[in-house]
Order: sequence, then structure tokens, then C-alpha cells
Amino acid sequence: MSRVITYAQALNEALAHCMDQDDSVFIMGEDVGRYGGIFQVTAGLQDRFGVDRVMDTPISEAAFVGGAVGAAMTGMRPVVEIMFIDFITVAMDMVVNQMAKMHFMFGGRAKVPMVIRVNIGAGRGTAAQHSQSFHAIFQHIPGIKIAMPSTPHDAKGMLIEAIQDDNPVLFVEHKKMYIDKGEVPEEAYTVPLGKANVVRPGKDITVVATLNMVAKALTVAEELAAQGVDMEVIDLRSLCPLDREAVLASVRKTGTLITADEGCHTGNMGAELAALVAEQALDSLQAPIVRVAGPDTPVAFSPPLEQAYIPSEQDLKDAVARVLEYL
Amino acid sequence: MDIPPKTVRELYRTMVVIRAFEEKVQDLYARGHIPGLAHLYIGEEAIAAGVCANLGDKDYITSTHRGHGHVIAKGALLKPMMAELYGKETGYCKGKGGSMHIADVNLGILGANGIAGGGLPIAVGAGLSCKMKHPGQVAVCFFGDASSNNGTFHESLNFAAVHKLPVVFVCENNGFGISVSQAQHQAITDISIRAAGYGMPGQTVDGNDVLTVYLAAGEAIDRARRGEGPTLLECKTYRWRGHHEGDPNQGGRYRSKEDIQAWVENCPIKRFEQYLTKNKVMTKKQMQAVWDEVEQEIDGSIEFAEQSPFPPLEEMFQDVLA
Ligand SMILES: Cc1ncc(C[n+]2csc(CCOP(=O)(O)OP(=O)(O)O)c2C)c(N)n1
Ligand SMILES: [Mg+2]
Repeated sequence: MSRVITYAQALNEALAHCMDQDDSVFIMGEDVGRYGGIFQVTAGLQDRFGVDRVMDTPISEAAFVGGAVGAAMTGMRPVVEIMFIDFITVAMDMVVNQMAKMHFMFGGRAKVPMVIRVNIGAGRGTAAQHSQSFHAIFQHIPGIKIAMPSTPHDAKGMLIEAIQDDNPVLFVEHKKMYIDKGEVPEEAYTVPLGKANVVRPGKDITVVATLNMVAKALTVAEELAAQGVDMEVIDLRSLCPLDREAVLASVRKTGTLITADEGCHTGNMGAELAALVAEQALDSLQAPIVRVAGPDTPVAFSPPLEQAYIPSEQDLKDAVARVLEYL
Repeated sequence: MDIPPKTVRELYRTMVVIRAFEEKVQDLYARGHIPGLAHLYIGEEAIAAGVCANLGDKDYITSTHRGHGHVIAKGALLKPMMAELYGKETGYCKGKGGSMHIADVNLGILGANGIAGGGLPIAVGAGLSCKMKHPGQVAVCFFGDASSNNGTFHESLNFAAVHKLPVVFVCENNGFGISVSQAQHQAITDISIRAAGYGMPGQTVDGNDVLTVYLAAGEAIDRARRGEGPTLLECKTYRWRGHHEGDPNQGGRYRSKEDIQAWVENCPIKRFEQYLTKNKVMTKKQMQAVWDEVEQEIDGSIEFAEQSPFPPLEEMFQDVLA
């Protein structure tokens, strides 16, 4: 049975399901207990599962992310919440040198089955240290799966999958999407990591998007359909594993690629896809690749500047117009 | 206690400015005039006022997400402060920083900080440059009880102690980090005992008693100025409002109304007013005059902020690199 719930509730159901099924699953993070997490993703879970399994941590990101690594290596399945992705930097050694590499360094003889939940995104007036979208940094580090669900449905299914996965997973949410609503089955289900989703098939222009850029791309696609342009919208859903086949198949079909992700322009997810296409499908391109992305600046506080920072539907339309010049 | 009456009156005025400023921000936030997050300092005024009264323009402070009080006490002007909260071009950071990043390097204010514990190493660095180039100057580092659990606290105290840096670490222990009480985030009650582990003096004082804070901070700051190294000063206090404005029921979910009320009665300003009256330093009328003057100044800052323009969009691309 499906019903309409929010993205935050969908994540909450995934957590509750996994904790119910497996007593090695537990949650750590700041204010995740009685407070329910600042975006209410863990609301009610401490009442249900107790303070040991839904644990408020001290402000000690290095200790609780590293603690999750140690717990994961010794039989637990921790799910860690980092309040804003910006704060993961405090635990970077634990993420990059420890979590990501244990399995490989130990010759495949240790596993680190843990999830780190973070959120990205500007738009809440929280300025340069609470609005970043630097998830692409982790794409550069072998050994971490990176999930980016764009709907409540995928949020639930991908989080269950991530918790059950034997690898460390960075689970990237968008802080503006927690109150988005969508159809979500009541029962448990999984959505695979590393599989893109063609949300709108089309034959003229390929747009590969993440998180809330997917919804923006769909809106633009409807508008363009009225003008006779048939846009294909692909929700990438994971940065690692990267669904190269889905992207290449679409580019070979349309001869175009527009990427849409909120991270800064330089080195963001679009850069990797552009390189992929340059390496493997250059001969199918009929137009330049265009990246819709945040500008290469920190996020400013001032509301008009912050709004201008966020990649918009207009930016997508401008990108399409640029591509259309060549078709 | 041999504190000159002028200083005593200044301590009072500083606390009043902070309180009145924060109450205005509370109201402006509730009416949607100020965007983003505003973490208010109401109830904790005695700490910033008492500590910063010992500092000159050439001394440094690092502040926190709850920084309005620190920067006011360090001498920041209300107009560019208020304009910054509005995100206006005339703000301290041209509107690009907002409440959590107010800075005025010329006044030694090395910034409020959005990262819990982010300011401690910065203060160590300011202490380094004082020691190397400006002996006699000091850096004061404000941080909260919960932020004392970030690794930066431990690394910074050790570093400052071993190199005898002129840094005073001022811990504002208001009993909570967002919803998590001190008992839930650390196994000690007096954070100052940690000083022993790093080889520096530590002291816990009543952070709602401005004269006590003033004197204790003065001693630590003098010691730092003399080149004798850092001190950890813990000031016990309480935050009246929620973690930030807009926090659902203003923090009522994780603490009792009675606790909040008890601390409201322990108001640092009310307590100081009683002291001032009892010791005949100021009359009720003189105190009222301070409030009236301050309210006017704050209204002026709001008018200034509201009339100022937003920064032009090109401003977004400025200042990324120097
Ligand atoms: C590294 C980091 N982790 C988490 C946060 C989120 N956060 C902001 S303030 C805060 C609590 C801080 O408590 P405390 O240091 O006691 O200061 P107070 O708010 O009580 O003044 C938390 C967890 C942050 N800003 N930075
Ligand atoms: Mg605190």
C-alpha cells in the first residue's frame, strides 16, 4: 500500500525498518535523540529503540564518525547523521583515510558497513558554512558509495539498501527537500545503488540531474515539450557506483549532454560526466556539453545573492537554448 | 573590589546594549525581517561584557555562532551589525556573512563562526602572531560547553600551553548544546578542570555576575599579557531562548519551564542593577536613561539597515580570492 509522505518521513521509515530487522543497526549524531534530528528525520526513534541505539553524540565528529568505522568493523551497522555536510570536514581523516580504505588496505578481510547521512544545499539563509554542496569531493575517493535520492520513494528504498550494503555509503540528502511529499509504499523495499533512473524518456536533449535539480529539469522538460523539444531527464541517483551505461546510452541517442547539480561548477559531478562522454562518446556529440551548477564561490548570506547562487530552472533553459543552437 | 565607577557604568551599558539588541533581533526575526539563523545571547550578557572590558582595540577575539554579544562588547558598531543581519551591502561583511560570520578585523574581531569549535585554533594563531610580533597583546577565544568536545578544543589548549601563547579560553557553559544537556554530552560538570590536563590554570566562575567575570578575566588576560601563557576560564550561565530563533517552542522540548524561569530570575542585568542601586553607583533614573539612549541607537541601526540596499549580484563573485 502506497501513501503520500514526506522525504524526511520516508527516511525515518527506512531507519525504523532496518533497526527492527537487525539489532546491529544503530544511529549516532547530534540531536538525533529526543529532538529527532534538526530536520526531524529520526523523530520518535529514540522512544521506540532506546537511548543506546539512537544516541545523541557530543560535538565530536571525528570521534563519532571514526567510532562508526570501528563499530562497523566489529559487527555493527552504524548510521551516522552529520547535521550539515559542511561539518563532515571535521571528520575527514576518518572518512578518507580510515573508512574508505580499510577494506582495501586489509586485503578485503575487513568490512565497513556504515552509512553517513549528510545534507547539502543553499536556500535557507544559513550562509557559507551551512549551505555547501561539496559532495563531489567524495567521488574522488575510491571506496565510498555515494547515494543521492531525489524522491521520498527513492529516499526510503536507497537508505534501506545503503544500510544493508557491506560498504561505507555517503548518503546525500538536500535540506530543502525534507518536506517534499511523494508516494511511498508502506512495506519495506530496496532501490539499488549505482542505478540511474530515466524519469522522462526523450529523444532530443539529455539532462542528467541530482536531487532537487531533477524536479527542476522535469518542469523545464514539460515547458519545452510544448515547444516541440523532447528532453530526456535522467536522475543519476548515485555518484558511486556511477551508472556510466545509462548516461552514455542517452548521450548516444540525443547527441547532447546537460548536467545539473548544485555543487560548485569546478570539479562537480558534471565534470566527471563530461570527461566520461569525452572519453567514450565524443563521436556522438552534436553540441557542447553544458553544466548547470553553482558558481565557483562560497554561498553568500544575503538573500538575493543566495538565490542567484542556486541553479535555477532559468539556468536549465539557458543551457537548453545553448545546446539547441547546434541541433 | 577596586573597579573604577566609570568601568562599572560601562559594564552596565554594554550589557544593556546586548540585551536590547537581541530583543530587537528576536522581534525582527519573528516578523520575518531578518532571514536565516539568529542565535541569541540573551541571559549570557555578563560574560562578553565582563571579559571584553579588559581588552583594547589591538587585542583579538574569536567568537561563535552565538556571537552578537561578543562583537558588541568588543566595540562593533550597531549599524553595520544590523545591516549584516539584514544581508545588506552596508553590513560588516557586505551582507555576505550574516549573523554567524560578523567580523571586523580592524577591531580585532576575527569573526563569529558557524563551526562549533572552529574558533579555538584561530585564537591560537592570533596568539602566535601576538607573541611573535606584538608582545603585550592577547587573543580571547569564546566557545560553548558543547563545543569543548570538539577535537579543536583539546589540540588548541595543548598547543597554546606548550608554547605559552597569550590566549584566554573563555568557555560559556550554558548547560546545553542545542537539545543535548551537559550531562548528556560530557562526564564532568566543571569544564575548567580540563585545564590541568594541558598544564594551564583553570577557573570556574558565576557567568551571570559581571564583576566576577570582569575580575577573573582580567587576571587571566594580565597573565597572558605578561607572557605567562594561557588560561581556561569557564563561566556558568544559561540561554533563555531556543538554540536559534525559530527553534520549535524555543527550547521547551528538552528543558523545563521551571528551569528556564529560575535562570530568568538569575538575570545578569537585574542582578547588576541591584548591585548598582545598593552601592549607589547609579540611580534607577540613570539606568533608565541608559536604556532609553540604547533603544534609540538600536532603532537608528534598524532604520539604517532597512534603508540600505542589498549588494549587487556581481558582489557574489568578489572576494573569493584576495
Ligand atoms: C562542527 C560542528 N558540529 C555541529 C554543529 C551544529 N551546532 C551548531 S551550534 C551547536 C551547539 C553548540 O553548543 P555550545 O557550544 O554549547 O554553544 P551554545 O549554542 O550553547 O552557545 C551545534 C551542535 C556545528 N555548527 N559545527
Ligand atoms: Mg552551550
